[in-house]
Amino acid sequence: MVQFTDWDILKNLLLAARWTILLSLLAFAGGGLFGLILTLLRSMRNTFITRVIQCYVEVFQGVPLLMQLFLTFFGLSLLGIEVDAWTAAILSLTLFSSAFFHDIWRGCIEALPKGQWEACRTLGFTYMQTMRYIIVPQAMRMSIAPTVGFSVQIVKGTALASVIGFVELTKAGTMINNAVFEPFKVFALVALLYFVICFPLSVLARYLESKNHVTR
Amino acid sequence: MSLVSLDEVHKYYGENHVLKGVDLRVNAGEVVSIIGRSGSGKSTLLRCLNGLEEYQQGAVIVDNQSVENDDYKLRLLSRSVGMVFQNFNLFPHMTVGENVMLATKLVLKKSVTESRQLAEELLAKVGLADKFDAYPGNLSGGQQQRVAIARSLAMSPKVLLCDEITSALDPELVGEVLKVLEQLKEEGMTLILVTHEMNFARDVGDRVVFMNQGKVWETGPSDEVFANPQTDELKSFLAAVR
Repeated sequence: MVQFTDWDILKNLLLAARWTILLSLLAFAGGGLFGLILTLLRSMRNTFITRVIQCYVEVFQGVPLLMQLFLTFFGLSLLGIEVDAWTAAILSLTLFSSAFFHDIWRGCIEALPKGQWEACRTLGFTYMQTMRYIIVPQAMRMSIAPTVGFSVQIVKGTALASVIGFVELTKAGTMINNAVFEPFKVFALVALLYFVICFPLSVLARYLESKNHVTR
Repeated sequence: MSLVSLDEVHKYYGENHVLKGVDLRVNAGEVVSIIGRSGSGKSTLLRCLNGLEEYQQGAVIVDNQSVENDDYKLRLLSRSVGMVFQNFNLFPHMTVGENVMLATKLVLKKSVTESRQLAEELLAKVGLADKFDAYPGNLSGGQQQRVAIARSLAMSPKVLLCDEITSALDPELVGEVLKVLEQLKEEGMTLILVTHEMNFARDVGDRVVFMNQGKVWETGPSDEVFANPQTDELKSFLAAVR
């Protein structure tokens, strides 16, 4: 039987943490992009589009991420589309985070006084000009802190991808524990690594929030 | 032909009948004050003139353009009609100068140099030449409102709508804003103001429109209306505000 030293455990966990980080980054980018598209569509104030997006958000916020992962992973193969764990994990995390990003950013846009829109209308700006020069810059400033804050949720959400066989930090921890039978040590290390990834993000979010308050 | 004309304008908010057939003509160069109790429809009336509010019946014509709920037409109309708001509605993330320049750059497609020059002239006119690079948040209410006036003027409108533009100001700052309006009147600008400044309406305004229950209840030259109100409603209103 192979003997694992502590260093071996840590080394393997660190290697697996790469995938946690990569998956988080891809989910952040994908969710951000899709959330942005949803937000822009929603700001056009078309009743039908708004309804559809509202349903989308309700579904993805109201169903546990774990179920979303299962449904993507098993559901798509039921439809004859073979998806590997990577695709399923990225797809579900993207959809999940897009719903939250959209909600955060919509909130920031709606928090702007109605008078900003009215001033733009009376000056003759087009919708796109209003968004680009007036609404987005102000909403963005407001949204930075909650957006970074939510990225912590994404990092932690990637742990669920372990159940569909995606070897990231949590899955690697389970596998190593199966070999060494030292659950406390292994999972304490796993937890520590998550913390090392997430803590700087939380600090950054808090810093951005305080900075934002000063400039406003 | 009047610059602004309203014919039998009706406006509903759902079941609520806010404007009940408003007729009004405003000629170029006139200063018209709209007064009345809150809820009488004065702000709504003003906002129907530039399409911020839709109306359900009647006709609104401003500078020979029919005011309709059509984005393109309303953008064209915005070159003729400027508006200043109670809460200034300046763009807080831009400097004062950028606030004034933006519309000429984006809408009138003027060059940066030209826009900048115009903005500097307009800010000088409202007495804020030195605030070009300041942010609105660092100005007093009166200064912000003067910037908002300069911003509207940058589009060289034919008529300027003022919606209670002194109501959010500390009393000692009202004067500086009214002074700018007086100056505009002297230059021949057409002004339509919803206002609570009765002295200003009487002394500077040419004509007063008293709104009551969604209608133009009484109207006439300012001095006459204030000296000799005809209706009981206007009498009691004037008694209440004095």
